[in-house]
Amino acid sequence: MSEQLDAGLIAEQIAESDQLGEPSGAHEVGRARRRKEDARLVTGRTTWTDNIQLPGMLYMAFLRSPMAHARITRVDTSAARARPGVVAVYSGRDLADEQGSLPCAWPVTEDIVIPDHPPMAVEEVRYAGEAVACVVATDRYKAADALEAIEVDYEPLDAVVDMTEALAEGSPLVHESGNRAFTWKFAGGDIDAAFRDAPVVIERTYVQQRLIPTAMEPRAVVATTDGDGFTLYSATQIPHVLRVMLALTTGIPEHKLRVVAPDVGGGFGSKLQVTAEEVLGLLVTRRLGKPVKWTESRSEGNLTVHHGRDQLQRISLAAERDGRVRGVRVDLLADMGAYLMLVTPGIPLLGAFMYNGIYKIDAYDFTCTGVFTTKMPTDAYRGAGRPEATFAIERAVDELAHELGLDPVEVRRRNWITHQEFPYDTICGLTYDSGNYEAATEKALALFGYDKLRAEQSDRRDRRDPVQLGIGVSTYTEMCGLAPSRVLGSLSYGAGGWEHASVRMLPTGKVEVVTGTSPHGQGHETAWSQIVADALGVPFGDVAVLHGDTAISHKGMDTYGSRSLVVGGVAVLAACEKVKDKARLIAAHMLEASADDIEFSAGSFTVRGTAEGRTIQELALATFAAHDLPDGVEPGLDADATFDPDNFSFPHGTHLCAVEVDTETGACAIRSYVAVDDVGSVVNPLIVEGQVHGGIAQGIGQALFEEAVHDTEGNLLTTTMADYLIPTAADLPDFTTDRTETPATSNPLGVKGVGEAGTIASTPAVVNAIVDALRPYGVHDVRMPCTPERIWRVVSEAGPPASGSAAAEAPAGASAGASAEAPAPTSGPGPMSTPGPASTPGPASTPGSGSGEATSSSEGGAR
Amino acid sequence: MIPAAFDYIRPASLEEACRVLAEADAAGDDVKVLAGGQSLLPLLRLRLAYPAALVDLGRLPEPRGVEDRGDHVFVGALTTHDEVLRSGVVREQVPLLALATATVADPAVRHRGTFGGSMVHADPAGDLPAVALALDCVFVVRSSEGEREIPASEFFVDYLESALGPGEVLLGVRVPKLGPGWGFHYEKFHRTAQAWAIVGVAAAVRRDGGTIGEARIALTNMGPTPVRARATEAALRGLSPAPVGGAGDGARDQVRDACGQADSGTSPPADLHAKPDYRRHLARVLTYRAVRAATG
Ligand SMILES: Cc1cc2nc3c(=O)[nH]c(=O)nc-3n(C[C@H](O)[C@H](O)[C@H](O)COP(=O)(O)OP(=O)(O)OC[C@H]3O[C@@H](n4cnc5c(N)ncnc54)[C@H](O)[C@@H]3O)c2cc1C
Repeated sequence: MSEQLDAGLIAEQIAESDQLGEPSGAHEVGRARRRKEDARLVTGRTTWTDNIQLPGMLYMAFLRSPMAHARITRVDTSAARARPGVVAVYSGRDLADEQGSLPCAWPVTEDIVIPDHPPMAVEEVRYAGEAVACVVATDRYKAADALEAIEVDYEPLDAVVDMTEALAEGSPLVHESGNRAFTWKFAGGDIDAAFRDAPVVIERTYVQQRLIPTAMEPRAVVATTDGDGFTLYSATQIPHVLRVMLALTTGIPEHKLRVVAPDVGGGFGSKLQVTAEEVLGLLVTRRLGKPVKWTESRSEGNLTVHHGRDQLQRISLAAERDGRVRGVRVDLLADMGAYLMLVTPGIPLLGAFMYNGIYKIDAYDFTCTGVFTTKMPTDAYRGAGRPEATFAIERAVDELAHELGLDPVEVRRRNWITHQEFPYDTICGLTYDSGNYEAATEKALALFGYDKLRAEQSDRRDRRDPVQLGIGVSTYTEMCGLAPSRVLGSLSYGAGGWEHASVRMLPTGKVEVVTGTSPHGQGHETAWSQIVADALGVPFGDVAVLHGDTAISHKGMDTYGSRSLVVGGVAVLAACEKVKDKARLIAAHMLEASADDIEFSAGSFTVRGTAEGRTIQELALATFAAHDLPDGVEPGLDADATFDPDNFSFPHGTHLCAVEVDTETGACAIRSYVAVDDVGSVVNPLIVEGQVHGGIAQGIGQALFEEAVHDTEGNLLTTTMADYLIPTAADLPDFTTDRTETPATSNPLGVKGVGEAGTIASTPAVVNAIVDALRPYGVHDVRMPCTPERIWRVVSEAGPPASGSAAAEAPAGASAGASAEAPAPTSGPGPMSTPGPASTPGPASTPGSGSGEATSSSEGGAR
Repeated sequence: MIPAAFDYIRPASLEEACRVLAEADAAGDDVKVLAGGQSLLPLLRLRLAYPAALVDLGRLPEPRGVEDRGDHVFVGALTTHDEVLRSGVVREQVPLLALATATVADPAVRHRGTFGGSMVHADPAGDLPAVALALDCVFVVRSSEGEREIPASEFFVDYLESALGPGEVLLGVRVPKLGPGWGFHYEKFHRTAQAWAIVGVAAAVRRDGGTIGEARIALTNMGPTPVRARATEAALRGLSPAPVGGAGDGARDQVRDACGQADSGTSPPADLHAKPDYRRHLARVLTYRAVRAATG
């Protein structure tokens, strides 16, 4: 070995150079750091999948079914093959023997029907947009042109568009086995007792319209092979999950398949998928031995990115006259679309445990039926199940308030879990670890100027102002931080919910962090650096975060369900702790002290009571040289950690929205929006703020703008952004955001998820406000999206308003704790004057057994 | 979103452009003029149009810009929306054009899209055709044969169809100055800031002492072409537009009644954003608002 390669010599050089890092005592966690990844992202120095150019690359284009439901009787690709630049053309039949079936990893019941889902249709198409043939050509223009030369004969079959009709006797069938995919039930407490003789029962049906997730970056796939192994680049949120699932689907052995998620421009759940195009990309590259690329157009994406929501919710509330909710019954139809994709059937289950919201109720009953239709499959979309649940309960609680003539804030106060009651075991068998609904609500009411707006509202009602003011309340919580593996097991999910991290000290004292999370806009590089900087006492700038490539980050569960910080960030912290433990041993050895006497602070290990010590960088260098390590200690200062949470994370908050509704045109404008969220301890307030703003905007999108519309034949009509409207900054008000910080007790960082909270909270806040504005007209609901036309129709059908504010039963003074029936003089949060039972009937807290009176088809509840 | 193949021709002058178009016309080729591309390119990318060739006027120095010509303002066809908005002449002499142009799309589109393209595209949901119709603009058109003029009332023939012949290009539009006493407003109703109008109302109203002397009202997206609300125009003549709360509470109702006929003679389309009855209702309400705003 030459001298230059001697680690000791290099160590000496490092020590003498100014390369060796120095410790830092800065407190990074909690700082509003600008994101370190942004300069690169916003100046175009990015590697989007579509930017990747490989030698000899070919381009794929897909011919897609123009019909929602049809038998394929003939596919003739010969003319397309003869087109210039065309290398190959495949029909579904050509690939039938090797394409397998796209996976569903969440068989929610034992008798669930999981139909075969060929990546390219062979005999039958079941939604408009389903791929029926594929052209591979030397450039994407030639590929697109050749599509027009493919001839396909279809024998039309009846479309199945509406869920209720799909379940009716005699409905045309999507699959031979019938249109019912599964029925899943869950219950807690005595629901019949709750509804028996209930003084007030509210029954409502809400439509969760179908949404199209619209990430800024369209989906794209590059597949390549060196003849032995395969690499798939994909605009995905889930490189790790994808690798396993693709290995199982294509038969490419897992160790011969590398999956890379390069820079990914947003996902919102839509890239939490194993897509047909990913599988077909690999198959084509396997056949041709050449790299292939596919990038969707926006219209192609509207058709074939999995859709979100699409549920029909029947919710009933049984309550006392004082507003105390006794029980909640939910009967749900969930539109699966034509097939069950990665977690399609599980989405409504993620909401199943949330219909109690933040409230103490005695009994709960939930039934969900998954229904097949001839439409694009649904799957995860920001919030996944929880926005739907939160919407239904928050809308229904407003209806209850109206029914009782109580202020909507007051009704919530009478039902919510008070801060002294945490940890709280809910009727759904979850344990809410921490929270303070009173504090968040009080802060929100103050920022909003609630009483003043109520006064203006009543004035406008009195004046019969054609522009009415409505106030919407949403006090939400949600379960996120997916997820405790054993709970996922109890819900029949196909994998665990842990996360992995490695932290390695480099010889120069710099730090590399490898995370199993897969950021696609969330800023993990910044937040993880802040966590590591504090944990190891190194400068923020000395930390690099690696992710999104299974060859670099060999293990992980990726990014969705507001899990990255609360699971992945905690894994990073745990790995740092292990690094410190090892460094402490080495420091003790070098300083000739007992490890128990070594103190760690701001990146230095010192002997208690002395100034003698070593910086973590010096220790990193020492372990690199490895000349003098304690017996049995391996060289290197690295550690791996895998964190499996034992509870979900429960962010909560109070969102208030004031909407002006022009009753003459139906137009509505959000006048003010206040969000006070409690996401526990905050690692980076700027990132939290960004997540909250984007989340609120997306929830407003559902409330006011977005809807995937199909005609009666099942054709998607909203295929462009001129038809599928997404709000931009110009369409949104300034958001007033603030926080309360009640640390989570379920993880050492005290953090809760924030990725979905805004979306979950804002939709009901906006719709509650619109309905509130229209109460004088006798309006009780407006279907989402609340378009001007819908609002106008509702108002026109309702007829002229009843006179004045009294008719609308709009009581004033929520922040004074008052209600129309029983004005209370006290202000501020505090416990209600008419509390419910001191303790709710005890839901069991052991996982699996739960208060959940599980039916045969579901193995108990979540925790 | 990849257009079918087409030939691309970039003439060096307007004369050459007219010649190319005439030759193509003679040969029976389907050739399209390309200006800002903001309407044509989406059609190509969605493969809703398959022209054999595009004749790109985009880099020609003229006809571009705004010129004050005494009794009218001449707006060159290639003037971008953004240039129209920045023109002091437009703002001062033909403010209705500025008001409507400000509602077109978003800044990016306004920097590329042209005034002339908006007219020739003849989209009934476009904002500028209604302005041309309300103001009785005159379209100046050139071909290899020479120039001709087309009044706005004849320019918009059908859905996405103008009176332009195959070999013709639009040179520009004469926008009449209406002189003192006129007030203007463009009332656009749309769901998001950059969306097309569900209904739009271009209104020019002249006050004659205490009454409305003349009103010109054109509607956006109430039929296959922009339409004048003739019944309302007639009904408004001679009415007092006195403001709310004044002596004219009754007069205000009269204006409203007059605007209640705004949809007569229209044939509004049904689409995802509105059914015809709602569009009719909007036309009435928005016309009232536009007239009120225009009468100050
Ligand atoms: C996202 C988006 C939003 C939009 N929103 C609106 C809106 O809210 N309101 C609105 O009014 N418009 C809107 N538009 C359209 C925009 O105003 C376009 O600029 C305009 O319609 C066309 O102008 P152009 O220069 O881009 O024309 P092009 O797209 O280049 O051409 C359009 C048509 O006009 C013909 N043409 C163009 N110039 C001439 C000429 N000088 N002589 C002969 N023929 C010619 C072309 O052959 C073609 O048929 C929007 C466009 C986009 C992309």
